[in-house]
Amino acid sequence: MNAEADSVSAAAEAEARAVREAAARARASRARRLMLAPWLCTIGFFLLWEAACRIFGVSSYVLPTPSDILDAIVAYWWPLLFHSFHTLWMTTAGFVIAIVFGLVLGLALGASRFVHAGVYPLLVGFNAIPKVAVVPILVIRFGVGWLPAVLTAFMISFFPIVVNVATGLATIEPEVEDVLRALGARKLDIMLKVGVPRSLPYFFGSLKVAITLAYVGSVIAEYNASRNGIGNLMARASADFNVPLLFAALIALAVLGIMIYAVMAWLERRMTGWAQRSQFAA
Amino acid sequence: MNAFVALKDVTHAYGSGDGFPAVEHLSLSIAEGEFAAVVGPSGCGKSTLMKLATGLQFPRAGTILVGGAPVTEPVRIAGMAFQNPTLLPWRTTLENLLLPLEIVEPHRSRLKRERAAYVSRAEQLLAKVGLAGQGGKYPWELSGGMQQRASLCRALIHEPRLLLLDEPFGALDAFTREELWCVIRDLHAERRMTVVLVTHDLREAVFLADRIFCMSARPGRVVAERVVDFPRPRDLEITYTKAFIDIVHELRGHIADARKTA
Ligand SMILES: Nc1ncnc2c1ncn2[C@@H]1O[C@H](COP(=O)(O)OP(=O)(O)OP(=O)(O)O)[C@@H](O)[C@H]1O
Ligand SMILES: [Mg+2]
Repeated sequence: MNAEADSVSAAAEAEARAVREAAARARASRARRLMLAPWLCTIGFFLLWEAACRIFGVSSYVLPTPSDILDAIVAYWWPLLFHSFHTLWMTTAGFVIAIVFGLVLGLALGASRFVHAGVYPLLVGFNAIPKVAVVPILVIRFGVGWLPAVLTAFMISFFPIVVNVATGLATIEPEVEDVLRALGARKLDIMLKVGVPRSLPYFFGSLKVAITLAYVGSVIAEYNASRNGIGNLMARASADFNVPLLFAALIALAVLGIMIYAVMAWLERRMTGWAQRSQFAA
Repeated sequence: MNAFVALKDVTHAYGSGDGFPAVEHLSLSIAEGEFAAVVGPSGCGKSTLMKLATGLQFPRAGTILVGGAPVTEPVRIAGMAFQNPTLLPWRTTLENLLLPLEIVEPHRSRLKRERAAYVSRAEQLLAKVGLAGQGGKYPWELSGGMQQRASLCRALIHEPRLLLLDEPFGALDAFTREELWCVIRDLHAERRMTVVLVTHDLREAVFLADRIFCMSARPGRVVAERVVDFPRPRDLEITYTKAFIDIVHELRGHIADARKTA
């Protein structure tokens, strides 16, 4: 009797364990599929492209097939790599300046309503100017070389940093501020204890956007006013009607862009884990 | 009466000053060590009263005295807690508790040297509100009730002479709320600080307070003042006695009148 009950419960337990294990397996395979999804999508995209070009007989001057582009990548691997590094270097230099400048200006804007009211319209106006239009001016002033690229990367990328840092500071919950002020906290105390930590998730969030923009900026400047960099490589390729190389350069840009974005996203996760786990409104 | 907090004929309007006032001809006084409660219809200016009493807002007319001196800047001696716990999510609960000590003198200059002593003080306070050993957790790892307890501790850590509570238990379930009533009751009995509690819960007001102010609808002023003289320490059981229920009823009448005239 008792033994029977035991064996029944043992069977039920084994069944429950099997169900649990199956669920765990299903979860693991779902996670694997999720990991594979970006690769599958990318490969699918290129296959579709290849097929479309072949079926419709598109001329390689209009749109080269991925296999043409691959050939170009193999043939020009060294210039592509060299100029990619140059572009990366320009982008990083401009981006670092933008971080310093953006942080300082963002803190000033968030801390003082006067500065905010005065400077913000100016910033919006400056941001609205297409930076392509500024490159010739930079060339006149600094000549062809690395400086226009770095400056363009800087100019195009500091705006989101400024806005985000200022927003983080300006949206301190009034109740937190009340608690601290009723303790006799000075403005600087509130900035340091609440404002700055609070704006960090905004800051790191803005870096993803800013680095992508800096990259666009350096490529634009290289295209117009440089002897190096992917932008310049593209300018030369298009002058030679070397369309596969042009596309190979675009692919290089895309790959590099994904890489720097991923680095920034990783940095954001590392630095502001609390914001994501507390569902902080950033 | 020797008033610790006194408002005399205070009128205050938000904004540029030509707006409709939030409170008008508001007068009240609270003795040192007294537990006062403020009740009234929503939007009548209870939170405004708190901001005025702490110097976070300055009145358009009238005078405000705290500790015998006129309030001309934020008071520096007040602990505050609100309906939202407002803990900082990047600090652990313990670090959140230490925040007031990083600001208020003389703790501010001592904190670095005597950190261990202050930490043990914070831990004792946490234990008192039933959060023993939870100091290392982040606020978002605590339940709403636990966060509210922590927020209460933060308001108390620097041993303020004036404690201001703005609907601190509004978002909690009935059992947790009653438990926290007892926590507040015991802390007040132990430290004898002056407490001003804003609440919508009349039972809460009657159970905790020595003196209850009923406010009119906006613009707010005091329409009734009721002294509650149940002996202390009070037990939760008194909330079921006839005398207690009568007072709750009476206050309810005042609030209903205030709402009707609005
Ligand atoms: N910062 C502000 N700016 C402008 N008006 C405000 C501000 N804060 C409050 N008021 C107004 O002042 C009046 C009183 O507000 P207060 O917050 O003091 O009400 P309350 O009694 O605390 O209400 P509740 O019980 O809902 O919390 C309200 O009508 C509100 O619209
Ligand atoms: Mg309120």
